[in-house]
Amino acid sequence: MAEQIAVEVTRFSPERDKTPSIQSFDVPLRKEWVVLDALNYIKDKVDGSLSFRWSCRMGVCGSCGMMVNGEPKLTCATFLTDYAPGPVRIEPLKNFPVMRDLIVEINDFLGKLSKVKPWIIRQKEKPVTEGEYLQTPEQLDTYKQFSMCINCLLCYAACPVYGLDPMFSGPAALALAQRYNMDSRDEGKEERMDILSQHDGIWGCTFVGECTQVCPKHVDPAGAIQQYKLTATQEWFKSFIMPKGAK
Amino acid sequence: MLDISSHDVLLIGGGGAGLRAAIAVAETNPNLSVAVISKVYPMRSHTVSAEGGAAGVIGKNDSLDEHCYDTISGGDWLPDQDAVEAFVKEAPLELMRLEHWGCPWNREPDGHIAVRPFGGMKKERTWFAADKTGFHMLHTLFQTSLKYDAVARYDEYYATKLLMDDGQVQGAVAVELSSGKVQAITAKAVIICTGGCGRVFPFTTNAAIKTGDGMALTYRAGAPLKDMEFIQYHPTGLPFTGILITEAARAEGGYMLNKDGYRYLQDYNLGTPQPTPVLRSMELGPRDRLSQAFVKEFERGRTVEGPYGAVVHLDLRHLGEKKIEAKLPFVRELCLKYENLDPVRELIPVRPVVHYVMGGIHTDLNGATPLQGLFAAGEAACVSINGANRLGSNSLTECLVFGARAGRAAAEFASVQRPPGRHLLAQAAEEEERLQDRFLNKSGGRERIATLREEMQKTMEQSAGIYRSGESLQHAAGKLRELQERFEDIGLDDHSRAFNTELVAALELASMLDVAESVIQCALQRQESRGAHQRTDFPARDDQKYLAHSLVSRQADGSPVVSYAPVTITRWPPAERVYGK
Ligand SMILES: Cc1cc2nc3c(=O)[nH]c(=O)nc-3n(C[C@H](O)[C@H](O)[C@H](O)COP(=O)(O)OP(=O)(O)OC[C@H]3O[C@@H](n4cnc5c(N)ncnc54)[C@H](O)[C@@H]3O)c2cc1C
Ligand code: SF4
Ligand code: FES
Repeated sequence: MAEQIAVEVTRFSPERDKTPSIQSFDVPLRKEWVVLDALNYIKDKVDGSLSFRWSCRMGVCGSCGMMVNGEPKLTCATFLTDYAPGPVRIEPLKNFPVMRDLIVEINDFLGKLSKVKPWIIRQKEKPVTEGEYLQTPEQLDTYKQFSMCINCLLCYAACPVYGLDPMFSGPAALALAQRYNMDSRDEGKEERMDILSQHDGIWGCTFVGECTQVCPKHVDPAGAIQQYKLTATQEWFKSFIMPKGAK
Repeated sequence: MLDISSHDVLLIGGGGAGLRAAIAVAETNPNLSVAVISKVYPMRSHTVSAEGGAAGVIGKNDSLDEHCYDTISGGDWLPDQDAVEAFVKEAPLELMRLEHWGCPWNREPDGHIAVRPFGGMKKERTWFAADKTGFHMLHTLFQTSLKYDAVARYDEYYATKLLMDDGQVQGAVAVELSSGKVQAITAKAVIICTGGCGRVFPFTTNAAIKTGDGMALTYRAGAPLKDMEFIQYHPTGLPFTGILITEAARAEGGYMLNKDGYRYLQDYNLGTPQPTPVLRSMELGPRDRLSQAFVKEFERGRTVEGPYGAVVHLDLRHLGEKKIEAKLPFVRELCLKYENLDPVRELIPVRPVVHYVMGGIHTDLNGATPLQGLFAAGEAACVSINGANRLGSNSLTECLVFGARAGRAAAEFASVQRPPGRHLLAQAAEEEERLQDRFLNKSGGRERIATLREEMQKTMEQSAGIYRSGESLQHAAGKLRELQERFEDIGLDDHSRAFNTELVAALELASMLDVAESVIQCALQRQESRGAHQRTDFPARDDQKYLAHSLVSRQADGSPVVSYAPVTITRWPPAERVYGK
């Protein structure tokens, strides 16, 4: 018999349970297995009703974020052996409502993402037949990092501000807003500023920086928020010294 | 409880093809309401995993004809040449449109788009965003789609059936995963963009969601699938996980080495080794030929035995850390994470892995299927531009070009149709009952999903792998019939409604079994070797009999039957495929 590890997972069915509970399964401890492999082992061999999301199992689709021993992780990129001899506890991402077992409701994020207008805004579009908008590698570098976000939402699970104030747009949405603000092809910065300053938006962030620490793609949302605040402050000043429309 | 909603155009699938199509509908006729159903949030679609790049002629020394020729010869003369010509012509414009929408393409120092070489391509024409091209394309499309109010989304809905009225497709039935509610979504036109079916094989680069659902939906509705026998093995997958090491690694100069450190491809009519990459030669030969060379090396005892079977090595060490970081950062990330090795200093173990299906839903150049009101695009469809072997970096572009074409055609079709009637609700109610009786409320089923799935995958690998024979395919056909029967006795552990992922797994298995049968049947009937379809009992290409598309349809008893349709030849008469010269 191969070595085993105890995997404790959150179980919750909205049809049956009032509160979530923990169930433990013994799973073979194989050196090449990630945490997600353990969950699939349980689902395939032991209990087909265990529910969780996954797809690419190569750390790029952003589906499989869960709390592993209390830390937000991509389960397809987190090795089981790192938690030997166990037990290892798998819970749904913190700060989100739980829908079933390890699945959380993320529509709140999608709403927030739409709100920051994460697309190129231009006063005038040129026809595609006229070719590309030139962008040097240096210009690309100014926003590239923020464009690496896979929407896995580990940063929301780590964010103490989002935990307390669900109105907060949150790290990934702000990083993506900044991704477009910094793109040399974009002319929508002011429009985005206006939206964000309508409510607490970025001002809620206290720079604890947990988001940046947990981000598996090195997006540095905390850095994005910092940049954002700086520009917002400048814009705010400008609006005092110049009448609207003249900036 | 059954819900009903209606739209003008319904997209099933929100990957690269689906989102491009949705935007095309919204732009063609802003008065139309468009809906996108996706079993995962659209930005999780499999397009996100694509690494290497997307092909489109842009360089001054390149021409549309050369891209056509590479695609047609790469596809072993099975692509339809009118489709290839349309594709090649529209490719650069579609990629440019994505540039305007914000895709972070890599650039030349002067700010122009940069292109890289790719396998089977004679010129450098592959646009790339480092080695996360599909990721950037998908997020660009998804984020851009958010600005169109006309696009409604049904995220995490699973389509189970097409709604039909008098031979015309008028919507679909889908399960809202969060609640388990069954919903009828009617539409004047439906576009299927559900992606490929790599998961019918055990060892694949494909994400869990690639189960051929849309192919199965169409096949069951009575339209044929085309060229399903052509399954692409990618020569460089990581052992155990099947994670892809992009062809860009070879395009940037990587070597393929056997156990003696020898660049073995020179022994397989692919050219002579040079220190730097030569287009259409050696490591930049087409994928079918490279994967076949691996099998031959294995037979000669020149591969390396690893814990998960034989491997060869991909050597990137001579590229240096700087180049690897600039052009192949994801390759490095994946190797470090999953193989615990650094390609800057170490060899990467690789082996062929199921990657792509050339075949799919039979469509014309505008994505129209033989069923009125039904369109298809992307990997789920077969136009065909890929023929017997797809060239790397053509399929992301295909999603854009034919996604846009299908979107425009469906919008025009929908603009002149009357709204579907409410009587379709009865079909949806029937479907709801089927799901309950066969899965949710059923008790006592003795078969487990995972068991049947594993048996199917093993059968496919053993019988329809890189090399096939009549005998192995016959055996597989019988085995798949058996699995279909055993599927009737399936039992679920999960009988709840909210987020029943086991129900999804059962429905996906049903799709895969249908698709697997179509693959085997097409492979059995095609008694020749062409591109990715290599028959040990018929080792030569036979243009007399098989310069033709296989069309496989489902008969009343559920079994598949194959017929043939001619290939369109415009300017490139069939010839020998020559590489390395
Ligand atoms: C690892 C990898 C790397 C690749 N790299 C490249 C590359 O460099 N260049 C290149 O050109 N090609 C590449 N390819 C191929 C290319 O990525 C795919 O062919 C392409 O992305 C397919 O896009 P699609 O839109 O057709 O489907 P997908 O992106 O797979 O999307 C399918 C959609 O359909 C939905 N769906 C499926 N079934 C259902 C259902 N029953 N109900 C509701 N929704 C459903 C899914 O939710 C999803 O939204 C690569 C493929 C792999 C596997
Ligand atoms: S910023 Fe990082 S942690 Fe947050 S969603 Fe994006 S990739 Fe995930
Ligand atoms: S399964 Fe896609 S990120 Fe983990």
